[in-house]
Amino acid sequence: MPHKIKIHKGLNIPLLGKAEKKIVQGSLQNGLFALKPTDFPNLTPKSSLKEGDKVKAGEVVFFDKNKPELKFTSPVSGTLKSIVRGERRKILEFVIESDQLNDSIQFNTGDLKALSREQVKEFLLASGIWPYLRQRPFNIIANATDTPKAIFISGFDSSPLAPDYDYILNGQETDFQKGIDVLAKLTDGKIHVTVNDQFPISKFWTSIKGIELNSISGPHPAGNIGTQIHHIDPLNKGEVIWHINPQDLLIIGRLFNKGIYDASKIIALAGSEVLKPSYYKTIAGACVDILLKDNITEGNHRFISGNPLTGTQIGRNDFLGFYHHQITVIPDGDYYEFFGWALPGLNKFSFSHSYFSWLMPKKEFKIDTNIKGGKRALMITGNFEKVFPMDIYPMQLLKAMIIEDIDLMEKLGIYEVVEEDFALCEFIDTSKTDMQAIVRKSLDLIVKEMN
Amino acid sequence: MKGLRNYLDKIKPSFKKGGKLEKFHSLFDAMETLFFVPNKVTTSGSHIRDAIDMKRTMIIVVLALVPALLFGMWNVGYHHFLMLGQYADKTFLEVFGFGFLKVLPIVIASYVTGLTIEIIFAQVKKHDVPEGFFVSGMLIPLILPVTTPIWMVVLATAFAVIIGVEAFGGAGMNIFNPALLARAFLFFAYPAQMSGDKVWISGLASGEGVIDGFSGATPLAHVAQNELSKLASFSDMFYGFIPGSIGETSTLAILIGAIFLIWTGVGSWKIMLSGVLGTLSLGLLFQWIGVIHPDIQNAYFHIPAYYHLVMGGFAFGIVFMATDPVSAAQTEKGKWIYGFLIGIFAVLIRALNPAYPEGVMLAILLLNAWASLIDHYVIEANIKKRLKRAKI
Repeated sequence: MPHKIKIHKGLNIPLLGKAEKKIVQGSLQNGLFALKPTDFPNLTPKSSLKEGDKVKAGEVVFFDKNKPELKFTSPVSGTLKSIVRGERRKILEFVIESDQLNDSIQFNTGDLKALSREQVKEFLLASGIWPYLRQRPFNIIANATDTPKAIFISGFDSSPLAPDYDYILNGQETDFQKGIDVLAKLTDGKIHVTVNDQFPISKFWTSIKGIELNSISGPHPAGNIGTQIHHIDPLNKGEVIWHINPQDLLIIGRLFNKGIYDASKIIALAGSEVLKPSYYKTIAGACVDILLKDNITEGNHRFISGNPLTGTQIGRNDFLGFYHHQITVIPDGDYYEFFGWALPGLNKFSFSHSYFSWLMPKKEFKIDTNIKGGKRALMITGNFEKVFPMDIYPMQLLKAMIIEDIDLMEKLGIYEVVEEDFALCEFIDTSKTDMQAIVRKSLDLIVKEMN
Repeated sequence: MKGLRNYLDKIKPSFKKGGKLEKFHSLFDAMETLFFVPNKVTTSGSHIRDAIDMKRTMIIVVLALVPALLFGMWNVGYHHFLMLGQYADKTFLEVFGFGFLKVLPIVIASYVTGLTIEIIFAQVKKHDVPEGFFVSGMLIPLILPVTTPIWMVVLATAFAVIIGVEAFGGAGMNIFNPALLARAFLFFAYPAQMSGDKVWISGLASGEGVIDGFSGATPLAHVAQNELSKLASFSDMFYGFIPGSIGETSTLAILIGAIFLIWTGVGSWKIMLSGVLGTLSLGLLFQWIGVIHPDIQNAYFHIPAYYHLVMGGFAFGIVFMATDPVSAAQTEKGKWIYGFLIGIFAVLIRALNPAYPEGVMLAILLLNAWASLIDHYVIEANIKKRLKRAKI
């Protein structure tokens, strides 16, 4: 194995409600699907269709006003039901009603080997699959005019309640291999796939050709792409690395194997408030109400597209996010707790030993969305470093971000981090600072300054 | 509990903006959040948050101080009755009760002064009342002699909170540890009430009924005056049966607090350990010089190095003061250097400075001032490493 990484810093948050390994094949072809421009930072959507227009799977629904080559296509065939707008007429969702016909646009990709880099890019852009490729720094859609120094794929997700990729990917080697072959066209560097060293490496990974198969062991964020890049091929100023989720790579593989945009994926439905947490076969952008029907407990809930650390809050009838492979339902924390800060707290999870819950290291916790304290100045030191497995000073970098000193951010390693890398710091933070928002704001600021 | 909640909900609107009690918003908020963890939910970033907050962190430090506080109360009574020659006749409760009544007013004075000022500042600056004073309010009494007049406690606390904390922008922005600043303020403003042999024992200054030959001198004073024969035994110093500031005498009680702080993850073990290592290394050097030059007149060259750990305020300072995360070095590497230097300077001031018998307070304040500099060099090294990588 070219790189065998061990990290010790980090934290696995023991949440209740892990998905059971069972794939439910729901009647998910019908119903509503949505493309949400808000899933992509810095994007100004421009619609290509009007409400009521017929649309095929793979047909352009909207594009980026500033980069018209960035197209976003419908995952299903049907009708553009509505364009949902928010404040100042900002477009929030393009809602498509499926006609269940799966009528797809055909892309005649031909023989991959014969295609040039530009032709490959052209197919990916035209089919709307390109946005699945994201870049570091900045955690934005890959810039099609760049050539990345390497492409990274994390073979597992270590976030709380995350789906097991070994389980999901099983049996899809052909599409995955094709996806890798496509990526190989896009970079002169290596394609790094990093798998979890804590489990035996499945045959799936060893059967794939054309990759550098690395392994990493340790707690979350071992599965974060940022952690893996930092330890394998760290980013310097001016360098670009692309990355893609393994399930999204299957979509690329299917485009070149079948000639269609087939956005089907398997997601995990998890969380303490889900009655039967398990895996579901669905399509990108699917409405979650079918999955949740008769499957959640009573009470106020937080619905999250993605995992509880980095996901997006959605409504009960909202849609799966573009990059998400998980829906999480946890209790809402809208309540007062009498002397909560003074109680022994056997049922309260804390990274510190300040509550007696450390007496039960095997316990899985039901954690709600209460902030559990007031916002304060950043006073406690030395904690963030314990969950931040990079040679970067998280507290100092964060302070540089707060004062918007780009020069200092560069010196302290801003190009190596994105929002999700600060998620655990945000989780354990005593002063309850909303760090991921600060990181996103700083990245946007730098992108703006550079243009 | 439900009744209290309903009552708070009922009166809450009048403390809101435009309400008739708007002026007391910070006070209301402080009381409400004291009784109830707020019902606020996450709106951005991580949907779930760790159960720890500033209140929990601070209450853990206060709990860690309880052994030292309780022992301090007993020790005040113990030395008082020892001085009168009556200790043998007194029950444990009488001894502890005497100390309790002497110490309690100082604790109350410190908390009332500090919290009042904090609440006023919070109201004016429109932010929540920070919890930092939970700890400072307990630290200040524990590092004062029991004979400190109440007005001095009030004055010193006010100085620490206004000049030491609020002038820098509030809790979390201060450079110096507020409690130590209060102590230093009194030490330099009223040296007669803060040092000497008479201040450590309640009633000694008046001289009434004191048995013959009783001295209220602390072990540090004995060493400084080259009276090694009068120095208390190591075990007395370790357990704390010696005169001194209220909470600092018992190394054992402090050690219990230290273990609690380290186990809960609230206090930095790196600072504590490196502080001990710094003290021992310079202490051993002096001890070695004392062995090869037996004629040196300074008694600090003739005591075992580990005596430094149990004498004076070293243990208390390194466990509860040096580890204050705001005024200490903030990088993990920096913490090692910071703690080590505190140990070095503490011994240096004790042994080689004729003016001040105790060096820990000044050593920590000095390193508070240097902490940012230490961090600066640690971070520069990290930056250089990153720049070097970029060139390759």
